[in-house]
Amino acid sequence: MSVAGTPIEEIPLSLRGPAPTRVLVGYGFWLFLLSDIIIFGVFFAAYAVLSGETAGGPTGPQLFDHGRVLIETACLLASSFTCGMMAIAADRRARAGTYFWAIVTMALGATFLSLELAEFAHMAAIGAVPQRSAFLSSFFTLVGTHGLHVTTGLLWLAVMLAQIATLGFSPAVQRRLLCFSLFWHALDIVWVGVFSIVYLGAH
Amino acid sequence: MLGRLTWNAIPWSEPIPLITAGVIGLALASIIGLILWRGWLPYLWREWITSTDHKRIGVLYCGLALVMLVRGFSDAIMMRAQLALAANGAPGYLPPDHYNQIFSAHGTIMIFFVAMPFVVGLMNFAVPLQIGARDVAFPVLNAVSFWLTAAGVLLVNVSLVVGEFARTGWLAYPPLSETAFSPGVGVDYYLWSLQISGLGTLLSGINLVVTILKLRAPGMGYMRMPVFVWTALASNLLIVAAFPVLTATFAMLLLDRYCDFHFFTIGSGGNPMMYINLIWIWGHPEVYILILPGFGIFSEVIATFSGKPLFGYRSMVAATMVICVLSFMVWLHHFFTMGAGANVNAFFGVMTMVIAVPTGVKVFNWLFTMYGGSIRFEVPMLWAIGFIVTFVIGGATGVLLAIPPADFVLHNSLFLIAHFHNTAIGGVLFGAMAGYTYWFPKAFGFKLEERLGKAVFWCWLIGFYLAFMPLYVLGLMGATRRMQHYDNPDWQPLMILAFAGAVLILLGIALTALQLYVSIRTRDKRRDTTGDPWIGRTLEWSIPSPPPAWNFAVLPQVDALDAWWVEKQRRHDGTEAAAARPFVPFHLPRPNPTGFAAAFCAVVTGFALIWHIWWMALIGLAGLAAVGLRQAWQTDTEIEIEAEDVERFERAHLAGAAA
Repeated sequence: MSVAGTPIEEIPLSLRGPAPTRVLVGYGFWLFLLSDIIIFGVFFAAYAVLSGETAGGPTGPQLFDHGRVLIETACLLASSFTCGMMAIAADRRARAGTYFWAIVTMALGATFLSLELAEFAHMAAIGAVPQRSAFLSSFFTLVGTHGLHVTTGLLWLAVMLAQIATLGFSPAVQRRLLCFSLFWHALDIVWVGVFSIVYLGAH
Repeated sequence: MLGRLTWNAIPWSEPIPLITAGVIGLALASIIGLILWRGWLPYLWREWITSTDHKRIGVLYCGLALVMLVRGFSDAIMMRAQLALAANGAPGYLPPDHYNQIFSAHGTIMIFFVAMPFVVGLMNFAVPLQIGARDVAFPVLNAVSFWLTAAGVLLVNVSLVVGEFARTGWLAYPPLSETAFSPGVGVDYYLWSLQISGLGTLLSGINLVVTILKLRAPGMGYMRMPVFVWTALASNLLIVAAFPVLTATFAMLLLDRYCDFHFFTIGSGGNPMMYINLIWIWGHPEVYILILPGFGIFSEVIATFSGKPLFGYRSMVAATMVICVLSFMVWLHHFFTMGAGANVNAFFGVMTMVIAVPTGVKVFNWLFTMYGGSIRFEVPMLWAIGFIVTFVIGGATGVLLAIPPADFVLHNSLFLIAHFHNTAIGGVLFGAMAGYTYWFPKAFGFKLEERLGKAVFWCWLIGFYLAFMPLYVLGLMGATRRMQHYDNPDWQPLMILAFAGAVLILLGIALTALQLYVSIRTRDKRRDTTGDPWIGRTLEWSIPSPPPAWNFAVLPQVDALDAWWVEKQRRHDGTEAAAARPFVPFHLPRPNPTGFAAAFCAVVTGFALIWHIWWMALIGLAGLAAVGLRQAWQTDTEIEIEAEDVERFERAHLAGAAA
């Protein structure tokens, strides 16, 4: 099997020996995202079980403003595109392009977040707080956890900009940018689930 | 200022926890004093606390597990003593409130802080060696995982003196665990220590999956991986898939408790049964997270001490992966009595019985491996044989419980307690002890004392049967679990018998400590200079004991299952001269305090959250962020190992082995 001099492409992938760090980090982060998505899966399940348990309080259709959520969705999906542009710029080690697309991504993320917070504030103002019913507990937990992830993503991206500024496009920084992109896209996937199941599903 | 924390949090009026805490405190103080006095602290800091070496971290995990075994067992023997006394109106010596804390702590500690760290530690130690890797995929993360586990352990032990522990059983079912019924800090200690250590477990699971799938030596295809590596892969895949469920479920209970949410409350639409479903969607895979690596250890041990390749390697791999998948399809058998309906119960009952099939395949594979072999009855092999017999009994009673109508009778009885201890002790603990004895010489360079090792085995084996067989009978007679006293005089003799079993196990644990002490004192007589003390089959036995920081001087080229055995045969036959491959320089990670620092901040945060000291929680979180940022800006994280250093080490080892 271990014929010296065999070109690496001809050796089956499983026999090639240790993978390079970039592969390890990307793969490990995929696994982490998988586990994160399972957390969301549990919150989705809880929402599915409890969404009808309004305990005499407000129901989903009474609370949700589809227009606002559509804008939120547009912001987040657009930010995935700009995040992809950032990844391309970072791959080419283009500092200006990376900064530009990162800032656009952050702006879109922040817009999403402020719309979400406005929605939460509006709901709280009319007494639709998570303490009101099991439905609202599960709603705020599911959507809030996603929002918390977006917040984390924004802070992470800010740190990455500081890392590029101080460390340049070192291999470690490149790997972290790769992980950030994976994270940001995964949040989009989760949001598609939130949008479809929570907002479109409410009737 | 200090939230709920006041002077009265310390149970001044209860002598048992106070004396225990005094003894533990005194022991800790004298150990720390000794370390400082002898000047060992710099060594400990450099070589252990900041170590990112998977072997060191594995040893730390196992050490933590052994220490916590003493704590968890103290709870066990206190319960057995209580039940031996508290019959026919006698109150026993443990008040109900304290007794409830003890059975909750016993289960929590034994699963999360004994079984888990022991199994994770053995995987950490052995997996990279068996696949011919220099370390795990993410060494710094590995240290973070260990220290987070240690942080959880610390919080659980703090609950002994400051405040109280949960009285809610080891899974803290609501509505009992909700604020309305458990307003104290006990459940919060439970939740936060498990959230913190659970994060550590998840990270370690990801780490080992990546290590196994991406860091195998050249030529080690999937069907050339040792069975222990396969079982470790299955176990860690289960960790990655199941532990997030635990985290999310506990997060919901925490929101109920801290923010007055209504996930599992009785009023406002909450659904306590959802918690029970979710916790067992984690909980049943958890059973297999623990037992599968045990199966792997027994496979290695039985093949080695029978001097034969494992019988049915492929079927063993298939059985492992089938169990891995099926383990997610049986969770409901933990609550047949919930009332899900006959069809649902029937489905889960059948799935549960189906799991016995791959397990049976494994048992026959082990038996056929021994058949016709030249068996050496050394200590790891004794554990393996004891396991086969004991585990088959435990499995059979499990199949009994899987029949829903039978379960309605046996649910929450001592029959159930006997069943799962039958598998947890006979499977997980025996496996961990086999692995501990088997890999000890690899880790430290000398074997454990044999005669004491055998005595430990017999104490545990006989002690187990004495302690738990009566519980089967008691269960059939109607005795329930979590019972603090009873008034049926027929039960007392059996309870006393069970207590006698616990005393025998106590002797086994004491002898384990003695064995360690004696082995260290006489280590020069029991050195392993060859690196292959058991005539092993897998790659960890091809390198010196203890291995150098880099494990393998040159990454091995694998072209068969049982790579080291095949290599030894070739050397013996002289068919293939050991081709001298050149030593090349490589990088190793530097010692790194990130894990320790992160865990320190996690303890501060956890303690603050338990006691509602919000400013302190913010400081802890800020500390965590600072630790993360410091790590993110470190650039000089690796040491280059020169080829000459490796060569010098190898020559010295070969000279030592020849002498």
